[in-house]
Amino acid sequence: MKRHLPSLCVTVGILLVWQLIALLIDAAYILPSPLQILVRLWELKEPLFCVHLPATMGVTILGLFISVVLGLLLAIAMDRSEALERALYPVIVASQTIPTTAIAPLFILWFGYSIWGKVLVTILMTFFPIAITVFDGFRSTKREMEELLLTLGASKSDIFLKLKIPTALPNFFSAIKMAVPLSVIGAAIAEWLGAQQGLGYFSKRMMTQLDGAGVFAPIVLLSVAAMAVVAIISFAEKKIITWRKEL
Amino acid sequence: MMLEFQDVSFRYPSDSYSMMEHLHFSVEEGSFVSIIGPSGCGKSTLFRLINGLEQPQSGQITVKGVPISKLKSYAGFMPQKDLLFPWRTVEENICLPMELQKADRAAKEEACKKVLQQVGLTGIEKKYPSELSGGMRQRVSFARTLLTGADMLLLDEPFSALDFFTRIEMQEWLLHQWEQMKKTILFITHDVEEALFLSKTVYVISKPCPFSSLERIDIPLAYPRDRSALEQPEIIHLKEELIQKLRKEAVE
Repeated sequence: MKRHLPSLCVTVGILLVWQLIALLIDAAYILPSPLQILVRLWELKEPLFCVHLPATMGVTILGLFISVVLGLLLAIAMDRSEALERALYPVIVASQTIPTTAIAPLFILWFGYSIWGKVLVTILMTFFPIAITVFDGFRSTKREMEELLLTLGASKSDIFLKLKIPTALPNFFSAIKMAVPLSVIGAAIAEWLGAQQGLGYFSKRMMTQLDGAGVFAPIVLLSVAAMAVVAIISFAEKKIITWRKEL
Repeated sequence: MMLEFQDVSFRYPSDSYSMMEHLHFSVEEGSFVSIIGPSGCGKSTLFRLINGLEQPQSGQITVKGVPISKLKSYAGFMPQKDLLFPWRTVEENICLPMELQKADRAAKEEACKKVLQQVGLTGIEKKYPSELSGGMRQRVSFARTLLTGADMLLLDEPFSALDFFTRIEMQEWLLHQWEQMKKTILFITHDVEEALFLSKTVYVISKPCPFSSLERIDIPLAYPRDRSALEQPEIIHLKEELIQKLRKEAVE
């Protein structure tokens, strides 16, 4: 608790300043105060928690799951084949400069309001960072350890299972922790562009009604949800990776 | 003969010069042989060749008369850094060679227990390497080397990263282990005193690259030894002689 005290102070400070400015402006449709947002969150709890949060989390989790599977497969493939690595790695790094938000409307055009357009946006935002981070983890394997295994008669798959996977495991967790907020953003953007439910969609609808607090309420929910997922993953990470301090 | 190099020539593909040309030397079964020479002279390359990590351009390496290409698990290699896997407990680290040889679980557990007792490490099976001191980590690494089941152990400057007192302690410990096990040990070092204290025979890499022979020096001391043996006049003389030799090479 003591460790979090400074960041807690900063957060409270920002909220106080925000509250103060909001009181001065006194126009909720321009800048709602934190308190107004909380009240609105409470008032809207039923549609937010029962309809829109599950919809967004559904897109997020589905997209994340597919990204993790595809990202891992790509990382493994690049690790296995140098030709593949040289062909794909630079392309993947370069593709990171494409603003996904700008091409997201295309997916809505292709897939309509179905879940797949939104999932695709999410995948596009998270798949490549996962692949690259995990692949870099594989690549950080110590050559000496690999040679030691070779002198012990290890096969290629032994080296992969007993050395490369444990070496890359911390990277894998970092990748997921990085991908969770990205996938939430991806889902929200896609919903903003075209959807019938979801927190992004809800926020946009409140915007058209000039309900400032109503715009912020789903956003607060969105970031709390992302933080909760990251916390769960961090917890799992701590349970699984007991040796990290040495690496 | 435990190990024989016959007419071995080797050059790293990226180097313009040969490391060794037509090298001959042999190691008797059950002996403790140190290989000594200035850094970068190819000591570790000898181990890489024995381990099969590098292939000689010509010549043959045999263990007990059989070419190494036809053998498996003939040498246990202990590297300079302990290279313990940080995600494995002591027990899991030690069992790694047996795991790769697909030994069954009961055999692994029994062998592990026995070897831990032998190297004096009972009670730390479930600990992680990060919880151990440098000397203990080297012992665990040695135990792992033992569980390869090989009759020949290749130790590549295993104590060079340890502090002075731990190093002395580990040298005595290693000697004790060797006397009990009757295995053949090849030991790389650049520490003359360490070589004299431990070995039956010292091989000196006597010429800068490429070399074609190792200068053999038999140490006139009986086992068991203790450190005071290093004070004998002929050993002091030998030490001076070796230091002079290595120094000259280093300058050249």
